Amino acid sequence: MKYDTGMFTLLSNEQIADGIFDMRVKNKKIAELAKCGQFAHIYVPSKTLRRPISVCDSVNGVLRLVYQVKGEGTRLMSLMKPGDTVDILAPLGNGFNIHKGKRYCLIGGGIGVPPMLFTAKQTENPLVITGFRSKDLVILQNDFKNAGAELVLTTDDGSAGVHGFVTDVLKNRINDFDEVCACGPAPMLKSIAQVCRENGKPCQISLEERMGCGIGACLVCAVKIRKNGEEIMQHVCKDGPVFNAEEVVF
Amino acid sequence: MADLSVKIAGVKFNNPLIAASGTFGFGREYGEFYPLEKFGGISCKGITLERRSGNPPPRIAETPSGILNAVGLQNPGVDVFIKDDLPWLKRQNTVVIANIAGNTQEEYCEMAEKLSDSDVDMIEMNISCPNVKSGGVQFGTSCESVGEITSAVRRHCKKPLIVKLSPNVTDISEIAKSAEAGGADAVSMINTITGMRIDINSRRPIIHNNTGGMSGPAVFPVAVRMVWQAANAINIPIIGMGGISTWQDAVEMLIAGASALQIGTILFSDPYAPIKINEGLNEYLDKNGIESITQLTGTIKPW
Repeated sequence: MKYDTGMFTLLSNEQIADGIFDMRVKNKKIAELAKCGQFAHIYVPSKTLRRPISVCDSVNGVLRLVYQVKGEGTRLMSLMKPGDTVDILAPLGNGFNIHKGKRYCLIGGGIGVPPMLFTAKQTENPLVITGFRSKDLVILQNDFKNAGAELVLTTDDGSAGVHGFVTDVLKNRINDFDEVCACGPAPMLKSIAQVCRENGKPCQISLEERMGCGIGACLVCAVKIRKNGEEIMQHVCKDGPVFNAEEVVF
Repeated sequence: MADLSVKIAGVKFNNPLIAASGTFGFGREYGEFYPLEKFGGISCKGITLERRSGNPPPRIAETPSGILNAVGLQNPGVDVFIKDDLPWLKRQNTVVIANIAGNTQEEYCEMAEKLSDSDVDMIEMNISCPNVKSGGVQFGTSCESVGEITSAVRRHCKKPLIVKLSPNVTDISEIAKSAEAGGADAVSMINTITGMRIDINSRRPIIHNNTGGMSGPAVFPVAVRMVWQAANAINIPIIGMGGISTWQDAVEMLIAGASALQIGTILFSDPYAPIKINEGLNEYLDKNGIESITQLTGTIKPW
């Protein structure tokens, strides 16, 4: 079994920053299949489409999903209560490719930070750079420290941590690691990909697109990829969400 | 245990549910959940003569009880389908329907010829795709063009031919009659209804194609109405679709006049929907002492 739908028991669902919620759901059989960088497709009663949420962590049959309330579907998710049953299709997509013996720089921007926690736990002494718009939106700092990461916090407005962008830190620390894994807004990923290319560092990025089935059948979450000199459409849900940054046509 | 099997144009389906084209790829992804023989048939992703990369994203938007999509017929082309996907599909013990779309009448005919020499069980001619610039829906919205392309493809097609009709027309009965007169063995309906959503902050349509095709529970009443109207106008079987999500919807569509059913959008929220719908159909038939599902078709008692 690669993926399946399953009934999860909701253990907790708490607001941890402005509009950002931390949900824990249990289903041993499915949760244990999850790898870092994969996502879960959440059924929200009354909605036609599921909501794709990256896996923030998976421990002892419990999936941790940290999500931002963006519209009606995620707002309904935020109202779910402990004890509720949640229908989840998971784990989906291809996660980050982690090789032993390499030092990783893991970069998350905004709501792209959560999947980097699960990734940090699969790597040794990673350099983790997390970027947020401002202090009110900062999340998961203690979790990264507990995972043994060397952690750098940046905010766009300087209200917490380093004043500036994750790419400023990336450039300064470019000799301190072998490979980059990143998740966040597209402009940020584009800048990271460029810095990595200029410095000859391999880079994996996790992309986002409006999604349907979640498994690669409906073909809606298209992303343009360059392979062997040819531009083709691949799909975030099945071919991604993690792609080789060199192959993504921004 | 009632008999759920149906026959369309001489082809036997073990149950009336067919995966709707465009929601199911070529089946492999849903094959992870259950054997594809749970479906009576599979209507494959629409294929074209040459490979197409489709529209730029976003290609989907949610609507109240539905979705809009504009994939733009992304597909590997008919030759790759026959070589790479068809042999696997033929081993799944379900009816394999190739769905074809073209820019010109000649392209439809050429594909029908190629597929006539292949192992597909049936051909579904898509003259109702609302999401491509040329071809697609332009063939499906006037009686003359429907009749003309159906009879042209008929001459090249040795397989049972299903014509998939667009709901974006003024009189579905007349369109259905034209398909029948052109030599269709069956019609399938409805394709999606053209719709649009706009982001009020950016003032841009959510879908990159600006407009998209609407599907899901929201279109179900429209589909039931059109199937009923078409059933009153033609004698060839109708494969009903458009927002079917539950076994009750399936029964309703059969009563309206459908002989078989396609389901699509419901799969996105519940991949196991076909199994649940077939179980519900079976129970309904048993409870009502009906031996065969074919006995439901067109049994509506209109006021």
